[in-house]
Amino acid sequence: MKLENEELFELEVEALIKEIHTQYGYDFSGYARASVYRRIKRFLGQKHLQSIDELRKFLFTDSFFFENFLQEVTVNVTEMFRDPTFYKSLRENVLPILSTYPFIKVWDAGCSTGEELFSLAILLEEEGLLSRTKIYATDINQKVLRQAKDGIFSATHMTAYTAAYYAAGGKRDFAEYYTSNYGSVKFNSSLVKNVVFYPHNLATDTSFNEFHLIVCRNVLIYFKRALQERVYQLFDESLVSLGYLALGKKETLAMSEISSKYNFVDKNNRIYRKNS
Amino acid sequence: MRDNTQLIVLGGSWGGIQASMKILQGLPADYSIPIVLVLHRLRNQEGSLQELFDKKLVLKAVEIDDKAPLEAGHVYIAPSNYHVLLEKDHTFSLDASELENYSRPSIDVTFTSAADVFGKNTVGILLSGASKDGSSGLKYIFEKRGTAIVQHPGEAEIATMPLAAINSTPGCSIMNVERIQAYLLTLHEH
Repeated sequence: MKLENEELFELEVEALIKEIHTQYGYDFSGYARASVYRRIKRFLGQKHLQSIDELRKFLFTDSFFFENFLQEVTVNVTEMFRDPTFYKSLRENVLPILSTYPFIKVWDAGCSTGEELFSLAILLEEEGLLSRTKIYATDINQKVLRQAKDGIFSATHMTAYTAAYYAAGGKRDFAEYYTSNYGSVKFNSSLVKNVVFYPHNLATDTSFNEFHLIVCRNVLIYFKRALQERVYQLFDESLVSLGYLALGKKETLAMSEISSKYNFVDKNNRIYRKNS
Repeated sequence: MRDNTQLIVLGGSWGGIQASMKILQGLPADYSIPIVLVLHRLRNQEGSLQELFDKKLVLKAVEIDDKAPLEAGHVYIAPSNYHVLLEKDHTFSLDASELENYSRPSIDVTFTSAADVFGKNTVGILLSGASKDGSSGLKYIFEKRGTAIVQHPGEAEIATMPLAAINSTPGCSIMNVERIQAYLLTLHEH
């Protein structure tokens, strides 16, 4: 697709964002524009659509089409044990402290299709904590939540995931955790027995519980600073004192108002702990 | 017109580290235009590139944090496993979406995004590499009337990347690293 006029395209997208909010209630106004424009261009290309006008017609007459759009525009690319050193650090620096609590509550915010969730569950299992941990796995998109619940992933990435699992300090035979079947693998459902899957929109919804650990990696990068700030406040309200917040490797609290209340547990891996 | 350059983006793959190092080593600490460097690298690797550049350059080399603002005197290095986008308020947004041209970071992604924000005030430089990533981004910079420069394929350690770019953007300037460095020095405002 050839876009002759970038400015016009951007104006049309701004109008579309308002219309989506009115029609479907999803508010993209706080999303980082460079990414939104790129994702929409990509989606137009995939669907062989020539203009935003054409896209509008489908979006507002077909809710399945909209759900598909939602899944593409909100990035859902994820992987198991992304940044193995992060998981290693979580295992060594955070889980031993969490193990002192009788009952542990974790929020995996923006869990997408569940690769990160299963990575966390495996870590908790190996540290003997899974049976007394409740994980709340939330995402804006109900379709990916259903996928996360199923725990079925393509076998294509299993070699890479297995390497990452061991690099993250994995203690068992990784193959114990899943069964293979015709190019797919299904992770043991016992791993997510204590997981609550729950639609939650970080852009508009409020705090719903108190947690000892919040994991939100590479989700807020798609938001503008102002919306990031809203979410940091939401996380701050949702963390117990001395609770942990884990962000993506290149995300930072430094520009946030809540930063003075937090200290690094691991600067390289952007794991923070809330002050008492 | 060239006094208005607002951003310089360099991309490279195999051989790109050495080429970009040679170019950037000649630039002063107060170089007036922010520089972004997108080099292909292994995934899930730690940020030793930043340390390497920071040690060898007088410019300050930093690995890009999400929403960091662009500042003169800095070389911003694309972190491993993220695409780098630019926002209209001259900050970075990181992106962890699909690989482009088998790469994340992808040079095409950053070149395109830079041209959308800085248009004709963008300088894109594509260096040595065994990939075709970067050529459609460089073409996009050229179409937005920015400056498109390609390392001379005869000098590049692997010529695939420069040749692909010359093919898709015949109007680009072809220079060796010494000339690229001299050109960047003419853009510097004291």
